[in-house]
Amino acid sequence: MSSIEIIALALGALTIASALMVVLSMHPVRSVLYLILTFFLISANYVLLNAQFLAIVNIVVYAGAIMVLFLFVLMLLNLSKDNEPRASNIMKLAASLAAGALVIVLVAALKDAIYLPVVENVQGNSQGLVENLGQLLFTKYVLPFETSSVLFIAAMVGAVLLSKKEKQIID
Amino acid sequence: MVLATMLKSGVSLEFYVILATILFTIGVLGVLIRKNAIIILMCVELMLNAVNLLMVAFSTYHGTGDAQVFVFFIMVVAAAEATVGLSILVLLYRNRKTVDVGMFNKLKG
Repeated sequence: MSSIEIIALALGALTIASALMVVLSMHPVRSVLYLILTFFLISANYVLLNAQFLAIVNIVVYAGAIMVLFLFVLMLLNLSKDNEPRASNIMKLAASLAAGALVIVLVAALKDAIYLPVVENVQGNSQGLVENLGQLLFTKYVLPFETSSVLFIAAMVGAVLLSKKEKQIID
Repeated sequence: MVLATMLKSGVSLEFYVILATILFTIGVLGVLIRKNAIIILMCVELMLNAVNLLMVAFSTYHGTGDAQVFVFFIMVVAAAEATVGLSILVLLYRNRKTVDVGMFNKLKG
């Protein structure tokens, strides 16, 4: 086994382990912290896959913005281990069986998939750099890019409207 | 440089396909097993990230940047979804004083 292979395998195993801890740890704040760790590990995978810009964006947007929002709401609602709602054991067993069956079916189906031949060095290994991505974003994908701003405005207005007091919405 | 080494050694595209599949399934497991609505939203984020990883792997192994642009759009949708979802959850908590998804059954006849 070459060194890069060992690094890839170890990163994959760590990513899966911390993702599992998100689901299995009972304390909600611990789940959030494990999810932040998972996002950092996925960013490490991006670096390994030559997507350097996306690795940074993933840390800034997911670990920096979205997870802080989750942590904020969790602290605001004052949830602790004691009032954490728990599923019954039968539900847990059924859910584990369903998820296990899903992964078996997906892996079995993907085993027969025929992959296109790997293309090496089309753009000199620079497809993950900001120069190339910006070029694509503002030429080929400029319409979806502009449309996403409308989505953001809608989400912002929705969030502000929802978090106002109920009386003010009725008036 | 890294990519060239990776392609020569044994790390294949299938490895990342399987990894993304397992991550996605862990997200599904979390949605099924947890009753805290915030954790369920977090598991949806985990599923989105599994798809992002798959997109980046395909983009790298096929030498084009198009899939990485799509990852941007997935992140945009995830951010919008998280803000609106969390504000709805705060509103629900104000009304019901709980985040247990089993307790949100007022629409049931």
